[in-house]
This record gives sequence, structure tokens and C-alpha cells, in this order.
Amino acid sequence: MWDYTEKVKDHFYNPRNVGTLEKPDGVGEEGSLACGDSLRLMFKLDAQGRIKEAKFQTFGCGSAIASASALTEMIVGKTLEEAEIITNQDIADYLGGLPVEKMHCSVMGREALEAAIANSRGEDVEALRARKGQVVCECFGVTDNEIVRVIKENRLQTVEEVTNYTKAGGGCRRCHPQIEKLIAGVIGVEQKQEAVRLAPKKMSNIQKIKLIEDTLEKEIKPMLRADGGDIELIDIEGDRVMVALRGMCSSCPSSELTLKKYVESKLKEFVSEDIIIEEVKP
Amino acid sequence: MTKRTVYADNNATTPVAPEVVEAMTPFFTEHYGNPSSMHYLATSSEKGIKQARHNVAQLINADPSEIVFTSCGTESDNAAIRGVLAAVPHKKHIITTRVEHPAVRNLCQYLNKNGYRLTELSVDKLGQLDLDELRETLDDDTAIVSVMWANNETGVIFPIEEIAEMVKSRGAIFHCDAVQAVGKIPIDVKQVNIDLMSISGHKLHAPKGIGVLYIRKGTYFVPLLMGGHQEQGRRGGTENVPYIVGLGKAAELALDNMEAEQKRVKALRDRLENELLEKALDSSVNGDRTHRLPNTTSISFKYIEGEGILLLLSAEGIAASSGSACTSGSLEPSHVLRAMGVPFTRVHGSIRFSLSRYTTEEDVSYIVEKMVPIVRRLRDISPFGRDELHDPK
Repeated sequence: MWDYTEKVKDHFYNPRNVGTLEKPDGVGEEGSLACGDSLRLMFKLDAQGRIKEAKFQTFGCGSAIASASALTEMIVGKTLEEAEIITNQDIADYLGGLPVEKMHCSVMGREALEAAIANSRGEDVEALRARKGQVVCECFGVTDNEIVRVIKENRLQTVEEVTNYTKAGGGCRRCHPQIEKLIAGVIGVEQKQEAVRLAPKKMSNIQKIKLIEDTLEKEIKPMLRADGGDIELIDIEGDRVMVALRGMCSSCPSSELTLKKYVESKLKEFVSEDIIIEEVKP
Repeated sequence: MTKRTVYADNNATTPVAPEVVEAMTPFFTEHYGNPSSMHYLATSSEKGIKQARHNVAQLINADPSEIVFTSCGTESDNAAIRGVLAAVPHKKHIITTRVEHPAVRNLCQYLNKNGYRLTELSVDKLGQLDLDELRETLDDDTAIVSVMWANNETGVIFPIEEIAEMVKSRGAIFHCDAVQAVGKIPIDVKQVNIDLMSISGHKLHAPKGIGVLYIRKGTYFVPLLMGGHQEQGRRGGTENVPYIVGLGKAAELALDNMEAEQKRVKALRDRLENELLEKALDSSVNGDRTHRLPNTTSISFKYIEGEGILLLLSAEGIAASSGSACTSGSLEPSHVLRAMGVPFTRVHGSIRFSLSRYTTEEDVSYIVEKMVPIVRRLRDISPFGRDELHDPK
């Protein structure tokens, strides 16, 4: 059972501003039935351009309904410029906090608000979509720009946190490497630069062999074994690494691709940019 | 006015029967000896275990020597599957289903990453297996087939007798996770060719923390817990005497009440199901309604999400469960309903009511009375289904 705050419970059991508006000035929708939650937010502006009325409809769990209800309370009386700077954390704070696994509910609120504001300014859906960028998580339809924004605003550091906040990566997990890259892109830029500077320019042969072996064991073999394959290190000459594929990999028509795209790129990443992979056929 | 408690989540766990608590108590206070010791206190502990073993054996028509006490259903599943694989190390293929409990499913998927081939049999939209698929995937390399007797989410019962025959005819070992079935429907291991079967105490009114692995005589098996000679060397560790006694009592009660209970609980379940289907529009039952546990119903309410339903039910004192993503602790909704191809529009709004011998007619009326307005209330908040629903108010 989730540990919801009294405020979350209050907004769930007694949601404010449920429904729709006649001739709204802004309408925003986020989520879908397939994703498990969805929010439709709309508002009307007064003569001074302040939000005078807001309504919502939510399909989703208790905290999704509470987040939407809270959001409508938060935006009434604000100008679009004031409403625009509301972050998902603001929504969560307003509710006295949300369980970390439920932070995506607050993100859905912020995104629906963003869409509604764009809509009221006459921005078309395509433009908004373009602003959101490329879809990274196919399961839940989350884009790179959405993920980057949430990482920045909430100082996220792990894929798990990104999943809690956006749902991205919570399905088939195929996008986990991409999310890791996005995190590294935001918070790791300085750290990465540091790492490169500290990395020894020249490894001894023994160090290099050890590193290649380690990378094969820890990074590459587990992935191949998951598909019933395996790989064996045959020999190393300078930067040429000779391997043989085993198990399912040996008969796999895309083994060439596995070698180049996966094995070589991992070794380049962990050992040296100059590594070249060669397959030894039996 | 005090809030009513209506417990309709018996597939998750059951309340411990008062008779069970009563039977257990002396084994905490008086008969606390270690059954392996050599004194009078050991004798009374040992007698308690012997009686319990007898009772559990009777419930499934096994020989008492085939009953091994464990700590839970998950341990029984692990002991069965790992124990058989260790005993036939030359065979590297496992068959199970896409709708198994995580205790079997996650274990098999782990083994699959560590040198075993794994076949997960699919189910149709009623949640039933295609036995031809099983026949085709069984081969000489198949070490073990693990198929549940009844599904925890839908209550759907698999044709275990036929499956057992098919598995045995190909020389593989058959394990059945019967955690949801034992105590709810008659089970006779002399009629059904099962090699190993898992039972969990807390699903049949014994406490949590006690389980059974039935191991048919002559089955190759390497113990999961190696240690002392307890359970004839098949499960090391000092016997959990009070809990074993409790499970024994629960088994006795289940057997005594089986026939009457099955009929009564089924009638209650059917009434609950039919009234909800009739009164809460756009709802549908998940799974095969003819081959099903008498106590379980999984109903999907379109356009709304399960967690919201559960929270509102809970506020009325009603405990149930859901296959929705938000209640699972993960973002993925029920793997069982998805394996059945239940559309997302229905998966997220699925609610399972699971009844027991303690459920009354008044309980069922109360659930229906509360559930109908809850569904309407959440649909009023939902952006979906407005055009599709025609509520005759």
C-alpha cells in the first residue's frame, strides 16, 4: 500500500475542479489509456490574461487524480507566464510529497499544463511535438527532451529515478542505455571530462589484456548469454582482439552485427578507441 | 457507526482460522521441544508433526512420507525446480507458462540466463493453454515442466491431469504449483500423475511462513536446503513445529468443509459477479468461467484505473486487489491479463475479488452496494468512455 500524505488523500477523495469547460482558452492532454494514466486539463482566462477557471479529467491512480486536482488549484489566478514556471516538484510539494514511484503523476500534470498553455497561445500540436524531441521509451512514448528536462529539474542520477519520474524505461527496458546516456549528458559532462583526464594515456599490455577480459566478463558475456550465446577470447595482438562466438551466437545470422555493433563498441568504450574485433572461425 | 470489514482478497492471503490458532498455541508454550532431541518434550513435538503430516497427506490423498514441510510456497517452487534440475544435470530444457506466479516465472527466467533453455507456453484469451503447444515443445532434453494448477489472478484451472500424462509420456518431471488450488478444490495425487506439488499454508487459513512440497516416491530430487536429517534429509533446518501443526489443522478443516464450502462460496462468487456485471456497465470477466476456482472473479471495469477503485473500496472497509500497473509496484500491468491478450482499456481497470469460507451473503451485498457508485464516480472523473457509456439513469 502506498504511503500517501493526507493532502494527497484529500485531493483523491474530494477532487477539486473535475469536469470540462465550455469554450476553454487552453486545452492540454497527456498520457493514454495504454500507458495506464491520462490527463485532460483545460482553463479559461480573464480579461487580464489570468487563469480564472481550470478543470480536469483523469484516468489513473489515486496520486494521478490528486496531482491533477492540486494543479487546477495551483494555476487559478496565475498568468500564463506565472503558470509556465510550475515544475513537477512544485506539484508534489503542494501535495506534501508523493511516493517516489509516483512522481510521474506530477510530471504528467506539468506536461498537460505545458500543452494547455501552448494550445492557448495558438501553438499547434506538431510544433509542440517537435519541441518534445525524439521518442526514447517506445513503451510509454517518452521523448528525449522530456527526459532531459525531468533529469535537470529533479537532479536525477539513475535510470530507476527517471522511470519513477517519467515512466520511461519501465516497460521492456530496451531504452535503458539511451536513458543512461541522457543522464550522463546532463549531469555527467564534467565528471566524464574528469574521467578522461584521469585515464592513463598509455596502458601496459598486461593492463590492457586484463581490462579486455574484465569487459568481456562483466559487460559483454551477460548480454550474450541472455540470448543463449557466448563469446570466447582467443588472442590479443596489439589492438586486435580475436574472439570466437559460441552457443546461439555461433549460428546467428546477425553475429557479424553483434560483433561490430555490440562487442567492439563496448571494448572501445571501456578499453580503447583503437580496438578492432576479429572473429576466429572454428 | 463502525466500519465494516469485508475481506475479499483471499488469493493474496487468508485470515488464520481460530481453530488453527488454538491448535498451534500449545506448541509455543508447552510442547516446545526440538523433535530431534531425546526427551519427553521432543516426543510431543514429533507427535504434532506426525499428525500434521498425516492431515496434509489426506487433503491431497498422498502418502505421509511424500510430504515435506517448507517455509512457504516460493521455497517449495524453488526446491522443486532447482532440486529436479540438480538431479538430472544432463537435461537443459524447462517448460512453464506465461501466466505462472513470479515464484516460478522469475526463477525460470533466471535459469534461462544461466544455461537453460526455457519455453513459456502461451494462453488464449480465456487464459487456457494449448496442449498441442506443450506436446510440440516437449523433447528429450526437457528436464522439468512446471505448470500451475489454478491461476492466482483469474482463478482459471488448467487441465493438470492431461498435462501430467503428456509430460510423463516424454520422460520429463512434472511440477505443479498448486498454491491456489489446494484447499479450494479436491486434489488427488493418486489420480493425477504429478511428481512434485507446491502448497502454501497461508492460502488455506494457516499462517504465513509455512508451506509444503509434495514429492512423489521415487522422484529424483536434490534438496535445496542441505543440513540436518529433518524431513528425511529432503529439507534441512529445525522443523517449524507450531506452524506445521497449524497447517495440519488447516488441512483437516479444508478437507472436512470442502464439499459444502465449494458450493456455498461458488454461489456467493457467482452472485457477486453477476450483480456487478449487470449494475456496473462496461464490465467483463477475465478468464475461463467454466474451469475456474469457486472463490475467484477477475472483473475489468473499462475507462477507470484499479488503484483508484481499491483506495475507494478500502475506505469502505473492503479489501480486494487489482491487476493494474499502479498497484503492482511496477509500471507494467498484470502479466497474466496481458498474456491473455486482455486489451489495455480493460487491464488497468481489473479488480480481483477472492472469497473464502468466511465470506457471507451480507458481504457480497455490501461489495455490490459500494462498488457500483465507486465505478460511476471514477468514470465521472475519467476523460474516456463518455461517448461509449450509456448509463440509464
